[in-house]
Amino acid sequence: MTMQIADNVSLSSPDAKSRAHAAAARNNLRTEPRAVRLVIITLAIAFLSVFVVLPLVVVFAQALSKGILAYFAALAEPEALAAIKLTLVVAAISVSLNLVFGLVAAWAVAKFEFPGKTFLITLIDLPFSVSPVISGLVFVLLFGAQGYFGGWLRDHDIQILFAVPGIALATTFVTFPFVARALIPLMQEQGTQEEEAATSLGASGLQTFFRVTLPNIKWGVLYGVLLCNARAMGEFGAVSVVSGHIRGETNTMPLLVEILYNEYQFVAAFAIASLLAMLALITLIAKTILERHLDEGQDVNDH
Amino acid sequence: MTIEVKNLVKKFGSFKALDGVDLKVDDGELLALLGPSGSGKTTLLRIIAGLDWPDSGEVSFNGEDALAQGARERHVGFVFQHYALFRHMSVFENVAFGLRVQPRAVRKDEATIRARVKELLDLVQLDWLADRYPSQLSGGQRQRIALARALAIEPRILLLDEPFGALDAKVRKELRKWLRSLHHEINVTSIFVTHDQEEALEVANRVVVMDKGRIEQIGSPDDVYETPATAFVHGFIGESIELPVHVEGDVVRLGDRPLALKAEGLASGASKLFVRRHDMLVGPPGSGAFEGAVQHVRNFGPVQRAEVALSGGQTIEIDAPRDRELRAGDTVGLAPRRFRIFAG
Repeated sequence: MTMQIADNVSLSSPDAKSRAHAAAARNNLRTEPRAVRLVIITLAIAFLSVFVVLPLVVVFAQALSKGILAYFAALAEPEALAAIKLTLVVAAISVSLNLVFGLVAAWAVAKFEFPGKTFLITLIDLPFSVSPVISGLVFVLLFGAQGYFGGWLRDHDIQILFAVPGIALATTFVTFPFVARALIPLMQEQGTQEEEAATSLGASGLQTFFRVTLPNIKWGVLYGVLLCNARAMGEFGAVSVVSGHIRGETNTMPLLVEILYNEYQFVAAFAIASLLAMLALITLIAKTILERHLDEGQDVNDH
Repeated sequence: MTIEVKNLVKKFGSFKALDGVDLKVDDGELLALLGPSGSGKTTLLRIIAGLDWPDSGEVSFNGEDALAQGARERHVGFVFQHYALFRHMSVFENVAFGLRVQPRAVRKDEATIRARVKELLDLVQLDWLADRYPSQLSGGQRQRIALARALAIEPRILLLDEPFGALDAKVRKELRKWLRSLHHEINVTSIFVTHDQEEALEVANRVVVMDKGRIEQIGSPDDVYETPATAFVHGFIGESIELPVHVEGDVVRLGDRPLALKAEGLASGASKLFVRRHDMLVGPPGSGAFEGAVQHVRNFGPVQRAEVALSGGQTIEIDAPRDRELRAGDTVGLAPRRFRIFAG
């Protein structure tokens, strides 16, 4: 491009010059000058470094600031172990619930026509658009001592708020859209013909689901489960409202990080935080691999 | 297996996909449902298969009520336009599917299943593709695998929904011949849906012409081509010239010009005259019922297609043999060798 402009300019007739300018202007519309490109790329990288890479490095640096022994000692504290265990339990409950709900919702939306379908799709997205704190408060309103079911629950001696069920419920609510969102477009694109073929070949509903539907959407399911799990383990706002912060009992990892930090126990706080950061990194890698599989699936469909 | 359909009605919202359809299919027949898109032919096929349910009407197989059974129990082989092969299964597993999902009590052992699948792949001449996946096959191969898969359950009836619709013209022609000979071999009562008249006339024993959710005509390929029952059938099958005419007693008028045609046994009033393009004989001016000026001539192999402006103002296209070359500007007389007039 630059060569061409130089050649034209060397002709030096005014006509040729103006033409060269016009050509350069046209080219500039399509390709930015090198300097501009460099600035944009540098800006993007600098931004990512400061806001993403740096905090990640700081988390690990802080966690290890008193040495590796202090790091492991902090993780071996009973309070820390309880938080890790609770987080895993809550994630297991909410991911399995959302796997079932998400599959059912995606199935309903993708394979059937029914009135109120658009409304259902909007509802599925609700947990994404509402602040997690409000999601938590809803459960307090429902199950708290003053709440709608509070009296009944107290009479029957069932503890939901400030206990595992409450935390699991809030987390499930907040992470509901992940599986459904991953599956709806995939299942819509695949349509119902393979299921119809299976039925006409004599397969029962369950056989059709396990032999035809599920294998077709397995990468999508894994993708949804992965994101759902990452969010479930990292959820703070909604859980904070319903947890009651009982030490060693209802503190999940994100909650414990905050408590420890406020108590100036930096090594312990960042040690737990580093576990969450590692979860994020593993999730990222797994996500990249899954996305590749999903794309391959797409290619196969295109034939 | 005979199929009988009585007064079938199916609506999608306010759209009547089927508007009172009656049909009898004989044992071992190869029947074509022919019609433009939206004529209800696919809906009819899906209802027979149990993939859709009618709002009212009856469907029976060999006299027993089929609507009492779901698609799973009807034992009907269904071949989809877009194949609907199971994309994550090999060709072999696709064909074996229907055998593997049978209830444990009647399920065959692995060796029998393998032998049966091998036999079916031989039948569709694709045994060498057993280990491939559907995405690695051509369209024609996929459709043959889909057919083998449908045949695996030894269906009582075989239903094919636009089986060759997604294939290119050459493959389509090959598969048509192949389907006819296959049907001859296995002799299962079969219905196939198509919008391609050539396909219907070439493959089927009997053709059902549908339009707007109703059956317009049922007959042999010769019947529907030679003696169309309605104006729609005449216009849809074969290439026809359609002219609005007026019948008064036994006089037929085109505009205000009486035509030298005999209208026998026809009701007076506005009518439509149909003539096949190749049934319009060209002669000197004054020799036929019509007169017109040749506008434009193109040659297609054995025929020349001429656009003729009639003296009444309409422009028609005719196919004439090439023994007498036509030229733009010629004035010619046109005599329909055969014609039909329908009221309306």
